[in-house]
Amino acid sequence: MNHDWQPLLLTFKLAAITTLILCAVGIPFAWWLAHTRVRLKPVLEALVSMPLVLPPSVLGFYLLLAFSPSNWFGGVLEQVAGLKLAFSFSGLVVASVLFSFPFMVHPVQAGFQNLPKVLSEAAYTLGKSRWQTFLYVQLPNIRPQLVAGAVLSFAHTIGEFGVVLMIGGNLPGQTRVASIAIYDEVEAMNYDAANFYALVLFAISFVTLLGVYLVNRKMMARVI
Amino acid sequence: MIAVDIQKQLLGARGAFALDLKFSIAEGEFVTLFGDSGAGKTTLLRCLAGLETPDGGRIEVNGDTWFDGRSRVGVQHRRVGYMFQDYALFPNMSVRGNVEFAQRPGADRRRASELIEMMGLEELQARKPQTLSGGQQQRVALARALAAEPRLLLLDEPFSALDHQTRLRLQEEVLLMQRRFGITVIMVSHDVSEVYRLSSRVLILEAGRITREGAPMAVFGAGQSGGKFSFAGEILAIEAADVVFSVTLLVGSQIVRVIATAEEAQALKPGDRVTLLSKAFNPVLVPC
Repeated sequence: MNHDWQPLLLTFKLAAITTLILCAVGIPFAWWLAHTRVRLKPVLEALVSMPLVLPPSVLGFYLLLAFSPSNWFGGVLEQVAGLKLAFSFSGLVVASVLFSFPFMVHPVQAGFQNLPKVLSEAAYTLGKSRWQTFLYVQLPNIRPQLVAGAVLSFAHTIGEFGVVLMIGGNLPGQTRVASIAIYDEVEAMNYDAANFYALVLFAISFVTLLGVYLVNRKMMARVI
Repeated sequence: MIAVDIQKQLLGARGAFALDLKFSIAEGEFVTLFGDSGAGKTTLLRCLAGLETPDGGRIEVNGDTWFDGRSRVGVQHRRVGYMFQDYALFPNMSVRGNVEFAQRPGADRRRASELIEMMGLEELQARKPQTLSGGQQQRVALARALAAEPRLLLLDEPFSALDHQTRLRLQEEVLLMQRRFGITVIMVSHDVSEVYRLSSRVLILEAGRITREGAPMAVFGAGQSGGKFSFAGEILAIEAADVVFSVTLLVGSQIVRVIATAEEAQALKPGDRVTLLSKAFNPVLVPC
């Protein structure tokens, strides 16, 4: 039987790009959040956690409004940057980054907070800058939390449905990711195709998570 | 020459008190800070290292002003070697990695090897610090602090977690290093014998102030009267024995029993710290 792999490939492409962006943005942000004494911190923490409690359709709805070219924000994006975010792959990436933000930030922030402060102080007394301390002392010592953040973000992006449907729709090759394809095939009574997507997602997700736990266990054993 | 004159409000276990210290230390001196926990010893070290900022005052080191109430030199630029109480070794780096990381940019890698060798860590250099014993970790911490070529070495109760034998050996090593590199050392300690063995001067801190200072001999009472021995001890038990009382004391790691009169015994209770004085008419030294 000939199956269409495109939705699956699109799903993993989306998850990979989202995770990369989250590593670049979420890790520095988590570091900042762990160390800041800004009064607004509880507000920021609440905002970061919002995707955990909001129905995905709420986030999707507002993003769709914001991205719409008839709106000033969407209009500026389209005219100045040439970015069309509504019903496009780039829009999915932006939405996924926002939606998976807590999954990256929470473990990494906890990692930074639980790291003994004296380690950074030791590095400072040895003449190391904050950046060197971050790079050579703090990051390597929260490796399990970094792995957890990256994997949770990746897995969560694979599992997205509501947000993607709201702002991406169902354009083959563009925004038709596996979770949407499954819904679509079931609606069209193509249980066989739906089963194919579902099974592949199930298997790959399980293998990914299993791999992480095995690697983490090895890493913990080495540390302790 | 290090000149310190700082004030800082502190919150101790027994309420708020003010750290108010004024002293100076000559280059190459080995000075101990002695006093109960919560007297402000560690805070003083942290202020010197730049990890904490005093409320006011001045810190001058070899003519450079590190702190003067308005501006302060950042911790990275003070070149202070700080040995933390729990060593703070980097768990992600090997023993060798810890020492090399401490070196200044462009420093000679051979110096790291030299320090590792001096501390007897060659066999362990590929190991991670958390797999080492307390004494071994302490040596790595000392090697790491020295690898940064500090102008001032701060030791925060470096030997407190070690057994007696290891402690003696490492004290010897610290002293050797200090003489070899001519570094000024400030050490926090609770142990009279350690203070006596290592330092040329001791500052006694009580509730944020220096109450006494001088050579350990003079400060701890010995030497004032040539014919007397005096030991610092702690009372373990007081028991009635016929007409007198028998007092059991811990002096160093030895248990000693002495006789006390009823009046003396009444004024004492187990846990008290006392000085045990003895008229030594005929002291005998026996090699162990």
